[in-house]
Amino acid sequence: MNVNVAVGENARRAQAVIDGLKSLEGPLLPILHGIQEEFGYVPQDVLPLIANELNLSRAEVHGVLSFYHDYRDHPAGRHVLKLCRAEACQSMGGDRLAGRVKQLLGIDFHETTPDGSVTLEPVFCLGLCACAPSAMLDGELHARLDDEAVEALVVEARR
Amino acid sequence: MTVKIYVPRDAAAIALGADKVAAALDREIAARGIDATIVRNGSRGMFWLEPLVEVEVAGERIGYGPVRASDVPALFEAGLVTGGDHRLCLGKVEDLPFLKEQTRLTFARCGITDPLSLADYETHGGLKGLRRAVSMTAGDIVKQVTDSGLRGRGGAGFPTGIKWKTVLDAAGDRKYIVCNADEGDSGTFADRMIMEGDPFVLIEGMAIAGLATGATKGFVYTRSEYPHAIAAMTAAIGIARQNGILGASVLGSGKAFDIEVRSGAGAYVCGEETSLLNSLEGKRGVVRAKPPLPAHKGLFDCPTVINNVISLASVPVIMDKGAEHYRDFGMGRSRGTIPLQIAGNVKYGGLFETAFGLSLGEIVDKIGGGTASGRPVKAVQVGGPLGAYFPRALFDTPFDYEAFAARDGLIGHAGLVVFDDTADMLKQARFAMEFCAVESCGKCTPCRIGSTRGVEVVDRIADGIEPEKNRALLADLCNTMKFGSLCALGGFTPYPVMSAMTHFPEDFVPGPVAEAAE
Repeated sequence: MNVNVAVGENARRAQAVIDGLKSLEGPLLPILHGIQEEFGYVPQDVLPLIANELNLSRAEVHGVLSFYHDYRDHPAGRHVLKLCRAEACQSMGGDRLAGRVKQLLGIDFHETTPDGSVTLEPVFCLGLCACAPSAMLDGELHARLDDEAVEALVVEARR
Repeated sequence: MTVKIYVPRDAAAIALGADKVAAALDREIAARGIDATIVRNGSRGMFWLEPLVEVEVAGERIGYGPVRASDVPALFEAGLVTGGDHRLCLGKVEDLPFLKEQTRLTFARCGITDPLSLADYETHGGLKGLRRAVSMTAGDIVKQVTDSGLRGRGGAGFPTGIKWKTVLDAAGDRKYIVCNADEGDSGTFADRMIMEGDPFVLIEGMAIAGLATGATKGFVYTRSEYPHAIAAMTAAIGIARQNGILGASVLGSGKAFDIEVRSGAGAYVCGEETSLLNSLEGKRGVVRAKPPLPAHKGLFDCPTVINNVISLASVPVIMDKGAEHYRDFGMGRSRGTIPLQIAGNVKYGGLFETAFGLSLGEIVDKIGGGTASGRPVKAVQVGGPLGAYFPRALFDTPFDYEAFAARDGLIGHAGLVVFDDTADMLKQARFAMEFCAVESCGKCTPCRIGSTRGVEVVDRIADGIEPEKNRALLADLCNTMKFGSLCALGGFTPYPVMSAMTHFPEDFVPGPVAEAAE
């Protein structure tokens, strides 16, 4: 059984996040969001700390972590490009644009470029459905995308 | 007098460059020494005009759009601050047909006010509903909401007042109001627009729900994909708390109510109410079997009202103007107004609030202006990823809960996604199954396994492998999912699949190459 538990600096950072949020009602999701914000992903060795604080088993925490698409178990690239793949964007040529982006980056969804610059992810709806297709680069929204605009996004992301 | 220039802070406007436009305006104002201030309002919901810049001239709002940052110097040259003419000038915004033809009750302030100005909110009729509610008994508030005929705007269409009555009558020393702001349906953005453009109306609606049911705590559960909405709601809740609208004594009533914003983590199924409650509790977003109803045993097993953003945001106007005022709009059992979200491949995409009853054709062709691509409309998916695809032949269907159900569809959260004639409906049916497979919570077999088998069956049809047999198998599988799934995810995925196959059979016939191989 893998019982790695964070020690030292990582444990201190994780503990600070947990301490700030554990008094909330239903604190597990906020804590996982906080950990991901702090580390860029949710390190496995932090799970026992969370489990211990919330009186849960490590398996229960893992179960929650693995249920939600947002949480990563390893670091992403320096930039994260999310392309909307839902119906409204499909109706405006989103699939074709996604193909173009994959080609430009040389990777598929859920992959990171070999130089570690960009992680490409699908997202199902950014709520920009009347100005499709849309994307999010590091939290910044972009809508009404065309070939030229996605090429500019890819250039920006590769920096 | 200081001139007010409005630039939306709505996420869609920002995605189209509103922040850059605001920065350019700021620079020009400073460089030219003009006495003007920039207000970041919500969006009017006319996204083909975003970023839409408005200038207040002699009490009227003159619009310019869509504005790019590079247009800004020329706009000032043309006399922007006095409403001067320019090729982007739209004239009086209120006179634009898209706005003029609407009945804005829930969205009365959206796009007009500064979303985080409580003074603006009150000037435009805000807090009147809550003030009235404070002076009423809980039972009377519930009765007024019931009498308005308001039904759940999340999609299920359950009468809001009856839900509230159940929670009011439920015993419990702790009750909750949960706002379902997990707006995951493609083609919908009404919740996002309210949270970003008029967050106080949602706070007011939730506070009224608290007074009506005896709940003291509210949660707004929204999506991590909506960072601007989270920021706006969080800021507005802070302002409401400082001003005694939330806290230990709501508007001095002696009754406590407070709200917390929570972010989901990218799971579509958490828009299903019981899955949402599990997620709020910090669990996997797995669907719960009903009964018990959330109204009896909801969040942390306490009696819980769980309502969509638009349902709650419609309550203040019902309390302010009366149940009859609201009920007088609409048709049949669909009372009041509905914010239509016209999206996808459409010329005039945006939010159009109107009484129930417009035909699908009027909405798509007249209001939406047909496709953005200029090609013929092939299909319209109504109600999100779990909604049916409607062909032109059914464009006479009136926008009404029952009328859509009678045609094997649903209005859902009132999103409409328009597709032109290049759409491949077999591909759309496959996507519906694929989406269900990705997003299934895994609790029930028809949804978890059925969706994956569904993708495989659609692929066999596409490959020309025993197409007739596989079409029958797909229909049978859809039947199992529809009646055997625990919640709407597995239960409604058959709507897009079956509607695509029924209305567009030509797309489910294998190509000539495959036929020759048989």
